[in-house]
Amino acid sequence: MARRALLVAQGAAVGLVALLLGLLVWKLVSNQGGNLARAANRGERPAAPNFTLDRLDRGGKLTLSDLRGKAVAVNFWASWCDPCKQESPYLEQAWSENRAKGFVVLGVDANDFRSDARGFMRKYGITYPVVYDGPGKTLGGYGVKGFPETYVLDREGRVVDAFVGAIASDADRVRLRRAVRQALE
Amino acid sequence: MTKPVVAVLAGLCGLVLAGAAWGAPPRAADLEAELVCPVCKTTLDQSDSPVANRMKAYIRTRIAAGDSAQQIKDALVAQFGPGVLARPPKGGFGLLAWLLPLVAVGVGAVLVGLLVTRWSMRRAPPAAEPLDPALERRVDEELARFEG
Repeated sequence: MARRALLVAQGAAVGLVALLLGLLVWKLVSNQGGNLARAANRGERPAAPNFTLDRLDRGGKLTLSDLRGKAVAVNFWASWCDPCKQESPYLEQAWSENRAKGFVVLGVDANDFRSDARGFMRKYGITYPVVYDGPGKTLGGYGVKGFPETYVLDREGRVVDAFVGAIASDADRVRLRRAVRQALE
Repeated sequence: MTKPVVAVLAGLCGLVLAGAAWGAPPRAADLEAELVCPVCKTTLDQSDSPVANRMKAYIRTRIAAGDSAQQIKDALVAQFGPGVLARPPKGGFGLLAWLLPLVAVGVGAVLVGLLVTRWSMRRAPPAAEPLDPALERRVDEELARFEG
């Protein structure tokens, strides 16, 4: 009797360890951790993870897949991030120059206070749509490791190019122009 | 006569102190130890990241405005999600974090109990079989001769 109970207990312990290992593997596989950027920079066009988030620039929600048919630059940022301040005027410029062609910059403000984000948008004159992701739930799917990061998506929602860090140098700006052109093709 | 008076006075002082503590504003240091920086995943008191510093400033502002500890935590959860709490809530999915260690300790105790039972059964000496009367008599005789 005791032997059978021991076997059951051992089986339960082995099962628990297997479950924890399974969770670890699932976490590693589901968190693409930069794979998206690497794949895009290898010339592949991986599908961008979809999301639905509250808008900060106005009321309501915005779903990324609703922008299908347009080229989109998904820009992850936060108001406390200094490099984000450098690149925001250039993103605003890219949006105003290309919006008539079907290009949208979509800001995703993450790990931030809503009020701080709105203050940042006012201060830096951001007019493109911005959504709020306080807990940072979208970051794992894209493999965002820091702010800012920008993913340029084509009209089918596939990643054409990924910028890890601020789009600040002239070379970055040339690269963004090229990525937007590719995304609009 | 003085002992009951002293006891009553001590009780009253205790009540006053408890009341004062109840109405006292929360301490920033306590809250910073109970809340997690969403970027570096350590408690705020351990972090010097920009967002952690912003959250510390927010906590001080809310304390100055007269908010309770719970109100401040609720406000931060509304912004950053429940992951901002160092201790998970005692309800919903967060309850698992509280229950699993207890279950693990219970399962461990049962396992240890079973193992101890098994080991003690193994070490029990085998029951002595009765000697054959003839053999016993012979052993007695041999012993008597040896001692004699």
